[in-house]
Amino acid sequence: MTAPVITRTGDGEQAEGVRAVRAARRARGRRSTIVVAVLASLGLAIAAVSLCVGAYTIGVPRVVLALLGLGDEGDSFVVLQLRAPRLVLGILTAVAFATAGALFQSVLRNPLASPDLIGVSGGASFAAVFAILVLGWSGVAVSALAFLGALTVAAAIYLLASRGGLSGFRFVLIGIAVAFMVTAALNFLITRADVTDARVAIVWLVGSLGGARWAEIVTVAVALAVLLPLTAIVAPRLRILQLGDDSATGLGVPAARARLVLIALAVALVAVGTAAAGPIAFVAFVSAPIARRLVGTGGLSLVPSALVGVVVVTASDFVAQHALGAVQVPVGVVTGVVGAPYLLWLLGTAGRSRGGD
Amino acid sequence: MLAGFAGLLVAVVLLSLAVGSRAIAPAEVLGALFSPLEGNTDQMVVRDLRIPRTVIGLIAGAALGLAGATMQGVTRNPLADPGLLGVNAGSSLFVVAGITFFGVTTPMGFVWFAFAGAAVATIVVYAIASAGRGGATPVTLALAGAALTAALTSLITLVLITDLDTLNTYRFWAVGSLVGRGLDAAGVVVPFVAIGAVLAFASARGFNVLSLGDDLARGLGQSVRRARVTSAIAVVLLCGGATALAGPIVFVGLVVPHLARRFTGADYRWILAYSLVLGPTLLLLADIVGRLIALPGELEAGIVVAFLGAPVLIAFVRRSTVKAL
Repeated sequence: MTAPVITRTGDGEQAEGVRAVRAARRARGRRSTIVVAVLASLGLAIAAVSLCVGAYTIGVPRVVLALLGLGDEGDSFVVLQLRAPRLVLGILTAVAFATAGALFQSVLRNPLASPDLIGVSGGASFAAVFAILVLGWSGVAVSALAFLGALTVAAAIYLLASRGGLSGFRFVLIGIAVAFMVTAALNFLITRADVTDARVAIVWLVGSLGGARWAEIVTVAVALAVLLPLTAIVAPRLRILQLGDDSATGLGVPAARARLVLIALAVALVAVGTAAAGPIAFVAFVSAPIARRLVGTGGLSLVPSALVGVVVVTASDFVAQHALGAVQVPVGVVTGVVGAPYLLWLLGTAGRSRGGD
Repeated sequence: MLAGFAGLLVAVVLLSLAVGSRAIAPAEVLGALFSPLEGNTDQMVVRDLRIPRTVIGLIAGAALGLAGATMQGVTRNPLADPGLLGVNAGSSLFVVAGITFFGVTTPMGFVWFAFAGAAVATIVVYAIASAGRGGATPVTLALAGAALTAALTSLITLVLITDLDTLNTYRFWAVGSLVGRGLDAAGVVVPFVAIGAVLAFASARGFNVLSLGDDLARGLGQSVRRARVTSAIAVVLLCGGATALAGPIVFVGLVVPHLARRFTGADYRWILAYSLVLGPTLLLLADIVGRLIALPGELEAGIVVAFLGAPVLIAFVRRSTVKAL
């Protein structure tokens, strides 16, 4: 789609230009609606399949009955206690990660700037593994500590990186340095632990939906119910920020503060998601670029990003549960394996057009 | 100056032989080296434990220092480091595959897998670094390395969760340590590291010209492609060798060339020479610190290096505008 050029040579031409712009906007809006509809139905289809299929296959009518609380005992247990929690947690964390990734990439203006690569998830990981291996905790307590870990480390990175305003490249590089420090600390814990505990830790480190429980899901849902509306309110400012800091300030948007608020929201989203399911690899990284490509705009498209995340996570978790037969693969392994080729492709093409900054 | 650093390295080597949970007098250290006695426990500790780990530290440190300088020279990128750019993760993945699918459990066996993994990852890194006009920016390169590491880590995890024995062998290798590797493994690696070092020094003049930019380099009759290929082989041999011996160790390759540059200026022949001396000095110092900091236990050199190196990178990023480098 090429943007029509408005020339100022005559009224007729100008009117034509305006018409063309309007038409292009309408077309883009239509395309965005279609993309959202397709992604939503794809997500629903995957959700239906993952509720029905498993070691014990249940037909769609019986799943619906079970969801309504009218199914027999066996169906209800399998659907409501085994499959639905996993699915719902997958959807919630996917929305959190994908939204956070989209925010990070837009605010830091780098398609590779993803919270799982620049130390933010690392803080959660270290705290969680510390809770599992040293404190012997499990369940919600691990999540709570992971949440605190993510916030602490993100705050540290922010303080180290900010010197009169947030600079994108400093934030990224200091985040990477912190990530390596976290890895070393994790290696320390993992080499000192019993090998079976170490296995629990590395499953957590790659991201898994296997431990989903309703109690945790409710917490995540409440947190998202607060964070997502806030994001929706603040996010439109990003479009103005993308004009550059000076223009944004001129237009009445204090650039530095807007950026801080957006990053803080993104960090909170990552912390919530990671605390519940571990840092599911590459979801934050791939969702926004895929959504942008589908919608065909250069701007931020949060809803399509979140839906892409949902499709990626639910499909990956389905594969993770059934691909290797008896072995339950954590969902993060599948998303990582899917993400890797995409990453290489992105690097190959992104580098050619522009180095990024 | 270089002689001074060489003296420092000798001092660190002697310290590495003398210091540990069992402090050994310098006289006994020298005795173990020059007039061995049977049945002397102190001498046995020096001979069987401390000499091997010191030798491993010397080889791995030199290899990492040279590898970092070479990568920085050829990519013209101040953040090039085998760990930061994902070369270590490539080696790790192949070593894991070696442990699981080929039943390898000793450093001797890790060597070939580490080389293969380093080679694959190096090709990817070079492709990224040279993409686009003027190459990737430091931030893009560092992010690309982090992303590559994350992707490879997912694959590594896939293998580890299915197999507790592999996890058990792997975790002690992946932490990055100079302990538990015999001199026989060092013997296997030394020729490769030596060839890598020769190739690195051979491309040093090329880096000097490359630092003027590809076009100018070509105009001066420099074969840009040849310098790239030679240095890529050097990086594979050096990183693969170091990783095979000591596991994935990050930051030595980053910090050492920057330290060297402070004393040498921009001439890569000197940067490489200083890196060759400073690399082992840093790694052995980290190992010694690790032995003393957690008595009676110890911290692995890989952990100490990460905690020393990360603040250096942070300080570096805070002070300078990395973009301008």
